[in-house]
Amino acid sequence: MSPTLLVTSSPHLRAQGSSQGIMLDVILALIPALGAATYFFGLTVLLPLTFAVLGALAGEYGMRVLVLGRDNRLADLSAIVTGLLLGMNLPPSIPLPLAFLGGAIATAFVKEVFGGLGMNFMNPAMGARVFLFLAWPSLMTSWGPTLDGVAGATPLAILKDGEAAGQALPDLFHLFIGDRAGSLGETSVLALLLGAGYLVLRKVIRLDVPLVYLATVGLITWTFGNKTALFAGNFPVHLLSGGLILAAFFMATDYATQPVSRVGKVIFAAGLGLVTAVIRLYTNYPEGVSFAVILLNCLVPLIDRYTVPKPFGAPKAAQRA
Amino acid sequence: MFRRNLFRGGAHLPHLKTTADHPTVVMPPPNKVIIPLLQHMGVICEPTVQEGDFVQVGQIIGDSHKAMAAPVHSSVSGTVTNVDFQLWAGGIQVLTVEIETDGLQTPLKTLVPPTITNKAEFLAAVRVSGLVGLGGAGFPAHVKLSPPPGAKIDTLIINAAECEPYITSDYREILENSSNLLGGIQLLMRQLGLSRCIIGIEDNKPAAIAELKKVCGRAKGVSVMPLPTRYPQGAEKMLIWATTRRSVPTGKFPSDVNVIVMNVTSVSFLAEFAKTGMPLVKKKVTVAGPCVAHPQNVEVRIGTPLKDVFAFAGGFSSQPRKVIMGGPMMGVAQHSLETAVVKHTNALLAFGSEDGELPEASACIRCGRCSDACPMSLLPLELHRAALRNNLEDLSKYGTMACMECGCCSFVCPSKIHLVQAIRLGKTQLRIAAARTLARAEGAAK
Ligand code: SF4
Ligand code: SF4
Repeated sequence: MSPTLLVTSSPHLRAQGSSQGIMLDVILALIPALGAATYFFGLTVLLPLTFAVLGALAGEYGMRVLVLGRDNRLADLSAIVTGLLLGMNLPPSIPLPLAFLGGAIATAFVKEVFGGLGMNFMNPAMGARVFLFLAWPSLMTSWGPTLDGVAGATPLAILKDGEAAGQALPDLFHLFIGDRAGSLGETSVLALLLGAGYLVLRKVIRLDVPLVYLATVGLITWTFGNKTALFAGNFPVHLLSGGLILAAFFMATDYATQPVSRVGKVIFAAGLGLVTAVIRLYTNYPEGVSFAVILLNCLVPLIDRYTVPKPFGAPKAAQRA
Repeated sequence: MFRRNLFRGGAHLPHLKTTADHPTVVMPPPNKVIIPLLQHMGVICEPTVQEGDFVQVGQIIGDSHKAMAAPVHSSVSGTVTNVDFQLWAGGIQVLTVEIETDGLQTPLKTLVPPTITNKAEFLAAVRVSGLVGLGGAGFPAHVKLSPPPGAKIDTLIINAAECEPYITSDYREILENSSNLLGGIQLLMRQLGLSRCIIGIEDNKPAAIAELKKVCGRAKGVSVMPLPTRYPQGAEKMLIWATTRRSVPTGKFPSDVNVIVMNVTSVSFLAEFAKTGMPLVKKKVTVAGPCVAHPQNVEVRIGTPLKDVFAFAGGFSSQPRKVIMGGPMMGVAQHSLETAVVKHTNALLAFGSEDGELPEASACIRCGRCSDACPMSLLPLELHRAALRNNLEDLSKYGTMACMECGCCSFVCPSKIHLVQAIRLGKTQLRIAAARTLARAEGAAK
């Protein structure tokens, strides 16, 4: 009696790894930054974070399962990633219900309404952050005195209008280590880079988007950052402050909301840098990262449309060696 | 961006070439062979024998007047017991000849080495030999070797890449038969008037490279080019790019960039045929996979039922769930062990349910790994989406037809999405649409 054989379409071999594993890697990569924030600001900073994650889980479950009647996909871990990224973009002093609300909005209205994981056009954490910022501007920008001797204003706010008023910038070393005012995950560049390095090693992210993004911001703030002279801007402070590092390595690299092709990704990253720098230098907002991310997210379909790669052999390819 | 000799994309696969060090074992003819009359890409042959006929080894049992066909020969001596349609992999019914073996293996007396004094005689001989591309697709060799009149072929490329996991039949052919390989190369170069031949081989086969360099490397015009080991190095377009830096335009053929690509085993068969006149009636097949008791290379008669081949390799050590003819990336899953080895079978692999069952797909996270891995620079995720929505406009915009079904995209997808399956569906949708348009145009013309 011959065995019953299964007939399927090739290939019959699949690589190890899963989408869930990728999400887990992102969560692991955020741990150093969380550790640094806890070290500098105390355990209480984990509260808004926890509420943001819970909100994200509740938002996804509520919208996906209860309202839309689809399958429960919480196990893919993407809601946790969204909650963490949002939580790290909130000031430590935010009221906990707001953190929860932000998480819920991120997954329910920015992600699930559009079809869930991979279908959303906007980074959920960034979308929710901008919503909170527009709805409760004062709560979203009160950083509070957090460490002895650390001023309540963020370095970027000081850079924008504080230097004249006599407020001192923290030196670059402190910016890099992270004991300064800011939202949870914005503070320690060192810890963020550790996590980013892990993601690169695990091949979860590639460096093209973060590097082009940072380079563009650096170039523009260096060139135009000083109101009196060209090429005199304080670009290191711009690079190390605010949510730039977090956004460059963890938000701009979000798969669903960046272009598909390599060329498209580079255009996207340069656009992010341009918008971030322009907002920081020429508008009333000290920080431009979230706006830049959601603006460029909206342009992704357009970028995708014009950067469809040419199939191998499609152009009038060089036929001679 | 290109590392030398490396095409874009592709995937690093586990090699799993467990049979590489086992010399080929010859399997005695089975009691019965099952020979389909379509073993090539093209038109099916007409049977030239009927039930009750006595046939000998090398005797033609099916042939066609059409150009895109290669004759089919009996691989045994014995009696034709059945000529009828049978179900073959891919769900197609093919006219098939069954022959009961008499065990004597009497060769056809009229078989003599072909007289080859010019190109026309050479091509005629290639046709009579029944040779098809043994690397996988089964393209009739005499068609491949007669490029359109305008083409100025300058290079013969020998495909020894053997990039799929498990398969080692070409590798064993190089080690066991290199003098035939050289003879075949020289025959081809002489008859086609070529002065350059490049043998492309992946650099994970040092023993074969050494053997090739020793035997073929010193021949005039012949060079051995080790290539980086990355799937699908053996895909025709990738190999042409790697060895000559020429890219075959979409929908065109190697002859459009002045090269002819032949598989190693095909070439050494040609030399053998020129010496003996015995057409293609046997094949070296890698029998492997987790369920095979004694994985090895076996030389089998064409038409040998799969169940006999597996039995010869010690049977199954555990219950197989999926049996593949060819490699795990592009091979075809078989519905039954009652099908048989055909001309271009290079491997038979048996997998248990652990590897055989399809993984469950989850949502696309748009990670871009599929497009990064696509050697044809396509966007598999978009092809998948367009195919599932039957969106013909997107299917053609994203170049569905350029897909060579290499499987890299499905292999790397972390969400285990069945991309290639959807792309095949998309191709079918495009073909149906094209046929409809044609039919409508013809209807209007009447
Ligand atoms: S590899 Fe899979 S999950 Fe990633 S973009 Fe392609 S189809 Fe989507
Ligand atoms: S789209 Fe086609 S050519 Fe590209 S990786 Fe997938 S199967 Fe291979």
